[in-house]
Amino acid sequence: MTTRAPAETAPGTSVAPRRHVLDLDDFSAGEIHALLDSAEAMREVLGRSIKKVPSLRGKVVITLFLEPSTRTRVSFEQAGKMLSADVINIGGAGSAAEKGESLLNTALTLQAMHADLIVIRHPHSGAPYFLARNLTSTAVVNAGDGMHAHPTQALLDLMTMRRHLGSLEGAKVVIVGDVLHSRVARSNAFGLATSGASVVLCGPPTMMPLDLLHAGRTPSLPNVTVEPDLDAAIEGADVVMTLRLQSERQEAGMLPSLREYTRRWQVNEARMSLAKPGALLMHPGPMNEGVEIASSLAHGGLAQIEEQVTNGVALRMALLYQLLTGTEERP
Amino acid sequence: MPTERLLMTGEDMRRVISRIAHEIVERNRGADGLVLVGLQRRGVPLAKWLASAIAAFEDVEVPVGALDTNLYRDDLTSRPQPTVRATTLPVDVDDKVVVLVDDVLYTGRTARAALNALMDLGRPTQVQLAVMVDRGHRELPIRADYVGKNVPTAAGEQVRVRVDDFDSVNEVVLVQDDLVAGEREVPS
Repeated sequence: MTTRAPAETAPGTSVAPRRHVLDLDDFSAGEIHALLDSAEAMREVLGRSIKKVPSLRGKVVITLFLEPSTRTRVSFEQAGKMLSADVINIGGAGSAAEKGESLLNTALTLQAMHADLIVIRHPHSGAPYFLARNLTSTAVVNAGDGMHAHPTQALLDLMTMRRHLGSLEGAKVVIVGDVLHSRVARSNAFGLATSGASVVLCGPPTMMPLDLLHAGRTPSLPNVTVEPDLDAAIEGADVVMTLRLQSERQEAGMLPSLREYTRRWQVNEARMSLAKPGALLMHPGPMNEGVEIASSLAHGGLAQIEEQVTNGVALRMALLYQLLTGTEERP
Repeated sequence: MPTERLLMTGEDMRRVISRIAHEIVERNRGADGLVLVGLQRRGVPLAKWLASAIAAFEDVEVPVGALDTNLYRDDLTSRPQPTVRATTLPVDVDDKVVVLVDDVLYTGRTARAALNALMDLGRPTQVQLAVMVDRGHRELPIRADYVGKNVPTAAGEQVRVRVDDFDSVNEVVLVQDDLVAGEREVPS
């Protein structure tokens, strides 16, 4: 990525600037670290009375969201505007996509309009990669593709965790629930494993991402393990992330019953007491209270939700800054 | 091979800090209403150094802030990307006299960016500039109010101010690359 890791985090690295951000599977620990540091600096801009700096003046950022989203899209829009980029939002409804224009033609049109960067959310896994291959002068940022990846959400999760823990190195992070269909969980697994955290995936065996663990991935994710028993998984955890259970999964035969899921994999107060004192509880939202998370915890235990929103904007500012400034070569 | 020539020792720097501290207090008739703002990175420890010098003879704790100018640079797309560091101002700068502190004054572009950054954060009554070294070659109509040392340089040379916090030593050196020394080139 554009991140040339600063000298103090990774001496002597000379990485070619990254043009696109599609997933975290090709990020180094140094790159993630540098990006989170930059996001910390961006948080200060968010706290000012004049929340705008001129860094991306004259740059055009287009958000192309072909799947519903409020938080992510607004977060990107706000991040771009605070850096003085011109941000144009395009949704599925009301655009030519509704008339049947292909994704490629839409993107080529946007490129011809001199867009510097396209933020894309798409229901199909891999769509941002297709764009990145076909666009020559426009950067692509994946804001969620199917069940594949959501790198900026994972980065902001990492930022929140790092703020609470001080460092991700050696932290134990438990991800509970439907990991198989969760792009957030997948990108988190890559980012956390790369940053030196140990990741425990917990949930019904039908919902474990076997592709992450086998199929040649194992060597690149040495710190990821599976533990189906939640009580065992949560023991001594620094962070517990519980995922939204989509009701259609039961209809698809992946779950015997909602009641059984709740009994075995709901994060509740008794289970959180097995984690380290003061452990961080996270949920990518929207929550099914009483299913993957006990109502009492949903209301009291996720104090970082507002902080997550702030971190999300700061992180996306750092990312846009890195992708849209700087030259190709090092001095 | 680049060669280094020592311009100032740590002792020289200490005397300069002491002199500039007195100049700042003299010119502003005291230290009340002053804020020292160091430019990231090496301006920050210099600003702290000035503040402790002022505290030693004037018995006033002057607040010290840090300002990162990178988001305001005019060359963000024409050179490798700088790392954005923290901006922290301990007090509101409205109606204060702000002394910007940096290690080297060269083209003036960093000072220009710092002025814009500062104006987005408040409205100081006055802004002054203190630098350890002025090496000339200005590209903008900017001058320093307090200068530690004027050093005539060629564009191919570099002035490095080393401070204890980052470099484990206090000194100022002139770095000459044998191949480019004396040649006029566009400063980056």
